[in-house]
Amino acid sequence: MSTQAAPNDSQTHAWQDDIFDVLKKGGIKQVSYVPDAGHAHVIRRVHADPDMRGIVLTTEEEGVAIAAGAWLGGDRHALLMQSSGVGNCINMMSLLDSCRFPFLTLVTMRGEYAEFNPWQGPMSRATKGVMEAMGITVYRVSKADEVEDVVSAALDSVFEAGDRVAILLSQSLIGRKKWVRD
Amino acid sequence: MSNIPAFSGTIERRAFVKELLSLCPDALVVPGLGSSNYDIYAAGDRDLNFYMWGAMGGAALIGLGLALAQPNKSVLVITGDGEQLMGMGGLATINAQQPKNLTIVVLDNGHFGETGMQHSHSSLGTDLTAVAKGCGISNSFKVREASEAKTIAQNVVARAGVSFAQVYVKADDVPRAFPSRDGVHIKNRFRKALGLAQM
Repeated sequence: MSTQAAPNDSQTHAWQDDIFDVLKKGGIKQVSYVPDAGHAHVIRRVHADPDMRGIVLTTEEEGVAIAAGAWLGGDRHALLMQSSGVGNCINMMSLLDSCRFPFLTLVTMRGEYAEFNPWQGPMSRATKGVMEAMGITVYRVSKADEVEDVVSAALDSVFEAGDRVAILLSQSLIGRKKWVRD
Repeated sequence: MSNIPAFSGTIERRAFVKELLSLCPDALVVPGLGSSNYDIYAAGDRDLNFYMWGAMGGAALIGLGLALAQPNKSVLVITGDGEQLMGMGGLATINAQQPKNLTIVVLDNGHFGETGMQHSHSSLGTDLTAVAKGCGISNSFKVREASEAKTIAQNVVARAGVSFAQVYVKADDVPRAFPSRDGVHIKNRFRKALGLAQM
C-alpha cells in the first residue's frame, strides 16, 4: 500500500473528501475497512473524527456482520474495501437479505485499468455479478465530479429506503498504482 | 486420529445458559447459529434476542457493532466453538476496538453439533481461550463449573471491558428448540425494544 500512498499524498484529495463529507453529513458513525490506498484518505479522516469510529478488519465479511449489529443498535455503518475483498463477504451478505438490513459499501476497483497484477483480474471481473447475486444494488463512479452525488444518492437509498447498495470506484478514478519507487 | 486430546466438558448447556441469562436480564443477546440459538430461545423468548439462523462466524462481530452503537447497555454474545472458529479473526478486530460492554461466551463441546458431531479444532488441540488472549483480550478465561455463570454475569453487568469465556459443555444431543426464522421480524422487534424505528 505504501507504494501508492506516496503519489496520492502529493495530490489533492477532492473526491475522497467528498466521500468523507457525505458519510459525515449522512450520520455514519461506524466505518469498517480492510485498507486500500484508494480509501486511505477517508480512513485517516474517519480516525481523526471524534464522532466516528474507524474499525480495521481482518477480513471484509466481518464488516458485513458489524454493519448488521450497528443497525440493530441504531448506528449507521459503512464498509470500505477493495474489489478483491468482495468475494470474502458472500455468505455473510445473506444476513443482509434475510433480515433486510440497510447496507452501504464503497469498493475501490482493481484489475481493470493500468493493472500490473493479473491476480487482481478474476475477482475484479466478478465483483459486480456476485454482489448483484446477493441482492445488492451496484452503482459505479468513474468521474471525480460524480462521486459526491452518487455516494449521497446511495446513502439515501440505504438509510431512508432500507436498501443494500455498493458503489464501485473505478480504478481509473483512483489512478495508476505505482509499483516501482522513483 | 489416535492423537486426539481428551476433551470432556461436563456442564449442561441449557441449564447453564438459562442461569446466565437470568443473572443479566437486561443484556442485548446475540446467539450464534445452531445449538446456542436453541439454548437461548429455550431459556425464554425475549425481544432483545437477535436469533441467528446463518451468518456463521459473524455472531461476535454483530455483537461488536451493537456494543459500539449502544455503549450504555451490556451486549452478550453466546455462541459455539464451531461458529467462533469460523470468525477467529474477529476476536482481533474486537480487541482493537475495546468495547467496554461486550462479553463473548463460547459454549464449547469440541464438536460440530448441528452436522453430526464431527470433531472441531477445539477438541483437536486449539485452545480458544489462548486464541482470545493472543488477540489481546486479556480478560479471557475457561469455565468448567456451572456455578461460574455468576462470574460471566458479573463481567456482563460491569461493562468494564471486553471479556471472553470458554465454557466446557457436555457433547450431548439436546432437543432442538426453534425460535422464529423470520429475520426481518427478529430485527424489527429488537429495534423496537430499543426504541428505534422498525426498519
